[in-house]
Amino acid sequence: MSATVRIPTVLRSTMGGVTSVVVDGATIGAVLHQLTTNFPAARGQLLNDDGTLHRFLNVYVNDDDVRYLGGVDAPVESDDEITLLPAVAGGAA
Amino acid sequence: MARYASVLDLIGDTPVVDVSALSPRPNVTILAKLEGRNPAGSVKDRIALALVDAAERDGLLIAGKPDQVLLEPSSGNTGIALAMVCRLRGYHLKVVLPSNVSPERRQLLDVWGAEVIDSPGAEGSNGAVRLAQRLSEENPDWVFLYQYANPANPLAHYETTGPEILRDVPEITHFVAGLGTSGTLMGAGRYLKEQRPQVKVWAVEPPSGEMVDGLRNLDDGYIPPIFLDNHGAELLDRRVVVRPRESVEWTRRLTDVGLFVGISSGAIMAGAVKCATTIPEDETATIVAMASDDGWKYLSTGAWSDDLDVVVERAKQIIYF
Repeated sequence: MSATVRIPTVLRSTMGGVTSVVVDGATIGAVLHQLTTNFPAARGQLLNDDGTLHRFLNVYVNDDDVRYLGGVDAPVESDDEITLLPAVAGGAA
Repeated sequence: MARYASVLDLIGDTPVVDVSALSPRPNVTILAKLEGRNPAGSVKDRIALALVDAAERDGLLIAGKPDQVLLEPSSGNTGIALAMVCRLRGYHLKVVLPSNVSPERRQLLDVWGAEVIDSPGAEGSNGAVRLAQRLSEENPDWVFLYQYANPANPLAHYETTGPEILRDVPEITHFVAGLGTSGTLMGAGRYLKEQRPQVKVWAVEPPSGEMVDGLRNLDDGYIPPIFLDNHGAELLDRRVVVRPRESVEWTRRLTDVGLFVGISSGAIMAGAVKCATTIPEDETATIVAMASDDGWKYLSTGAWSDDLDVVVERAKQIIYF
């Protein structure tokens, strides 16, 4: 499975400045693992030491938060778009 | 009853209206709860009154005492609602406002006599929160209500929004609302789940993290304390991002059913429609979607009349949610 991962501004400095990257992986965990292999400097920004998602990182598959779809076990299909977004203060306030 | 002693008595008890003409499934009813009917124009009237009442009860504010200053970070609606309440109660309000909110939001703060302190637009609401926290530390005599952490925020929705929904829509199966401070979702969502455990709670948010330039790294991120205090991750059943284009498209489509609402309401409606598509065809469902405010504050964006591509680019430059 190859999915496109959209990289937010805050992570670009550790990921070669790219805005998106195509990554292989059948689950979100596999995709993130591949990202940390390609961009070792980003590891601490994506995953905790125990392999769970960084507290301030939200990951969406086709704009659906993966924490409600199985977390790192959430399946990834070909042509899915994965978006990484930092947790920030919401706008509706 | 149509006679009230104070405009503050007009807060809450908002109507719900059937907008199922926009439902993608004939077996799914969608109802919009019209928070723009609140006197200062948004769902935030509920928490503004609750925050000030709680501060008075706790002795942080003393009714009638002169020269009391309140401070609050807001991308608009909370500031506007607080400004109205403070005008009535005689408090001076300082609102830390990102510089890139729609001009009407700023004008409404002027209407109610609030003082605006600008925070960098590129840092979004995050920047406003950070600046307000710093100002609060530097000025300990200012009362910092801090809607993102104040339990009176979700409590207002637990005590009013949630019970109103259940009273008016006892058959509710899904509740869809915007995720900002998370107050609406934590308060009304928790109430609805307590009363009807089968109710699913969906959160809709804009892709704001994509646009915030003020973060040096991910560790500068922010989760509202009331989201953590209320175990928000467990309370929600689904959390979806709705992008500016879809938000504007659904804001326009809502005029087909007679609703002139703000762009965040379009985003929430888009979320409700997505929710409806997950319902199997042999089941029925009733979705209640919040319509957080009316469209007046967004006329300058051209959301209803200008070329969609142009409006979407404009929407990316302002905080509309």
